[in-house]
Amino acid sequence: MSAVLKAPLVVEFPFTRSLGPVQSAFLTGLRERVILGVKTRDGRTLVPPVEYDPVTAEEISDLVHVGLTGTVTTWAWNHEPRRGQPLDTPFAWVLVRLDGADTALLHALDAPGPDDVHTGMRVRVRWAEERTGAITDIACFEPHDGEDSTVTVHAGEFEDPVTGIVAEARLDYTYSPGRAQTAYINALSGRRTVGERCPSCRKVYVPPRGACPTCGIATAEQVEVGPRGTVTTFCIVNIKAKNLDIEVPYVYAHIALDGAGLALHGRIGGIPYDEVRMGLRVEPVWTEGARYPDHYRPTGEPDADYDTYKELL
Amino acid sequence: MSKEPVAVVGIGQTRHVAARRDVSLAGLVREAAQRALQDAESTWADIDAVVIGKAPDFFEGVMMPELYLADALGAVGKPMLRVHTAGSVGGSTALVAANLVAARVHGTVLTLAFEKQSESNAMWGLSLPIPFQQPLLAGAGGFFAPHIRAYMRRSGAPETIGALVAYKDRRNALKNPYAHLHEHDITLDRVMASPMLWDPIRYSETCPSSDGACAMILTDRAGAARSPRPPAWMLGGAMRSEPTLFAGKDFVSPQAGQDCAADVYRQAGITDPRREIDGAEIYVPFSWYEPMWLENLGFAGEGEGWKLTEAGVTELDGDLPVNMSGGVLSTNPIGASGMIRFAEAALQVRGQAGEHQVDGARRVLGHAYGGGSQFFSMWLVGDRPPDS
Repeated sequence: MSAVLKAPLVVEFPFTRSLGPVQSAFLTGLRERVILGVKTRDGRTLVPPVEYDPVTAEEISDLVHVGLTGTVTTWAWNHEPRRGQPLDTPFAWVLVRLDGADTALLHALDAPGPDDVHTGMRVRVRWAEERTGAITDIACFEPHDGEDSTVTVHAGEFEDPVTGIVAEARLDYTYSPGRAQTAYINALSGRRTVGERCPSCRKVYVPPRGACPTCGIATAEQVEVGPRGTVTTFCIVNIKAKNLDIEVPYVYAHIALDGAGLALHGRIGGIPYDEVRMGLRVEPVWTEGARYPDHYRPTGEPDADYDTYKELL
Repeated sequence: MSKEPVAVVGIGQTRHVAARRDVSLAGLVREAAQRALQDAESTWADIDAVVIGKAPDFFEGVMMPELYLADALGAVGKPMLRVHTAGSVGGSTALVAANLVAARVHGTVLTLAFEKQSESNAMWGLSLPIPFQQPLLAGAGGFFAPHIRAYMRRSGAPETIGALVAYKDRRNALKNPYAHLHEHDITLDRVMASPMLWDPIRYSETCPSSDGACAMILTDRAGAARSPRPPAWMLGGAMRSEPTLFAGKDFVSPQAGQDCAADVYRQAGITDPRREIDGAEIYVPFSWYEPMWLENLGFAGEGEGWKLTEAGVTELDGDLPVNMSGGVLSTNPIGASGMIRFAEAALQVRGQAGEHQVDGARRVLGHAYGGGSQFFSMWLVGDRPPDS
C-alpha cells in the first residue's frame, strides 16, 4: 500500500468585530494611552472591562482610569515565540493586576530570561509607537521599580472612537485525506475512478470513505466505476464564483458514474448549457496534469431512463 | 413517571438586519434575552439554566463563544450548555432546553440562539479549500438547486411555484417588524424578473444574510401558572439526523425529516397534520423548499405539496398558513433561524403574533433543518397543556 497523502492546510480570515460601548471605550483608550476598567455593582474594578456584571448580570458602564503600572500575579515563560505573538524574542506570558484594578490582564512581559520574572514583581506598560485601538497598542509590559501611577474616574469618551476591529485569524493544519481517499486520488492520476464497496449493503462509494455511512462498517473491496455516467440532476450557474475561472453560464451536475452507488459532482461541457437534461449520458474529459476531470461531455448514447437513476439524484 | 409539561412564557427577538455594527456579540444576545425576560415579566434570578446555540464557530471566528457570553446571559453560577447542529441548531437548542424542563432537571430555562453573519462570510466558512479535493463549483445555491430540479421532475410542479412562495413570504414579512427584509414594492412580477442565479433558483427566491438573536423562556407548570400572558405548551418535540451524503439519500424528502415529523405527531396525538395543525413555521432557505417540506412533513402526499402553495393554502389567510413571519426567506441569522421558527410558532398559539397572527391558531409546527439536510428538529406547540 502506498503512503497516505498529506498536505498543509492554512485557514485564515479577517473577521470583523463590532465592539459595543464598553470595548469601544477600552480600545479607544489604549490608542490614547489610557487603560480603562469598569466598576461592578459590588465595587470591584474589572480590567479588561466587560459589558455585564458577572455577579448580578446587570449592564455596567462606569469606567475607571487605572494605573499604567501593576503587579504580576502569575506567569509562564515562552521559549519559542510563534508568528503573531507580541514579541519575537523569548518572553513571559503574564497576568498583570494594574494598580487600581481587581482583576488581571493577560499580556507579554519583556524580560531577559525566566530567572528575571517572579510573581509579585512590579511592571509597567510599554506602548506601541503606532496605536490603532487594539490590545496590541500595549506593545508589552516591562519591569518597573519606580513610582506607582495614579487612578482616576474616566468618562470613557474620546474623539473619533474605535467601534470595530479586524481580527485576523489563522490556523495551520496538516491535512490527510486518509487511506481510502489516498487510493482514490492515486487512481485518478491514472485516469481511473476507483471506489469501495460496502460488504453489507453492496453499494459502491465514490469517493470512498473507508467506511459505509449507512451500515457503519469498514470498506476495503476496491471497485472501478465509470468512466461513463448519467447526469441525474443539475443547475445552470449564472453567477461567477470567486476563484473560479469558468465562463458563465455553465452547468453544474450530479453525475452517477456507471457502477457507483451515489452521484458525484462535475461540470458539463461540449453541449450548449440549455440542452443539458436529466438522463444525459456523459464521459470525463481530462486535461494534462489535472487531478480531476476538467468536465464531462455527452457520449452520444441515448438518454438513460429515469427509473435507472432516480435513486441516484 | 410522566414528563413535566413544558410551557413557553417569554419570547424575545432582535430586529434582524444585515449588520448590527452598534453591538458586540454579547450585546446582541443580551437584547433578545432581555426582551424574553420582559415578556415573561421575569428577572435573571428566575432562570435556573441557560442553553444557547449557534451555527459553526467559523461564522464569527470566536471559538466557543458561549464561554464569553455567560456574563451577558446571567449564566454565572448556573449550568450553561451550547448546542451545535448546523442550520437546525436554533430548533435543537430549544429542544435541549425543553428536555431539561420536561425531565424536571430545571424549573425555568433561558434558551437562545444567534448569528452575527456580518462579522464573517458564511460561504467562506462552509467552503474551506481542502487539499486534494475538487472545489465545489457552484456556491451555496449550487448545492441546493439540483435538488430542487429533482423535486420539479419528480412532482411535475410548474416553474412558477418557487416565485409564489417568495412573493408570499416577502409580503408576510411586511407584517413582521422583526423581519430583516421589508420589500414594500414586492410584486410577483418582480420576483419572476429577478436574476436567475442557479437555475432554477432566482435571486428573490434566496434567503438574506442577517445579524440577529432569538430567545425563549421555557418553564414547568408552576412557572406557567405565574405567567402574565398565555403560555404556549409543547405538545411534541423531536430531532433526527442522517449523513449529508450516502448511497440512497433522498435529498427531496429525507428519511430523517419524515421520521422526525412522525415522532412529533405521535407524541402530540396528531393523525392528520393537514387538518389538525393550524399553521407552520418551516425552515425554507430557498423558496422551493416550501412544497418539498410540506410533503416531507406529511402535510401533503408525495408530489402534491406544490398544489397547496399554488392554491393559496399556505397564504396568511389560507387554511394552512406557512411562514407567517416571512420565514427564513426574509430573515436568516443562520444559527437563530431555527429558534425563530420555534418562537414564531409559539407566538401564534399565544395569540401574540401581531399583524401576522393567524386567527384562532391552536396548534402550530416549528421546524428547522441544516447541514445539507443532515439534521432535523421540530416541535408542535399548542394553546393548551398536553394533558388537557
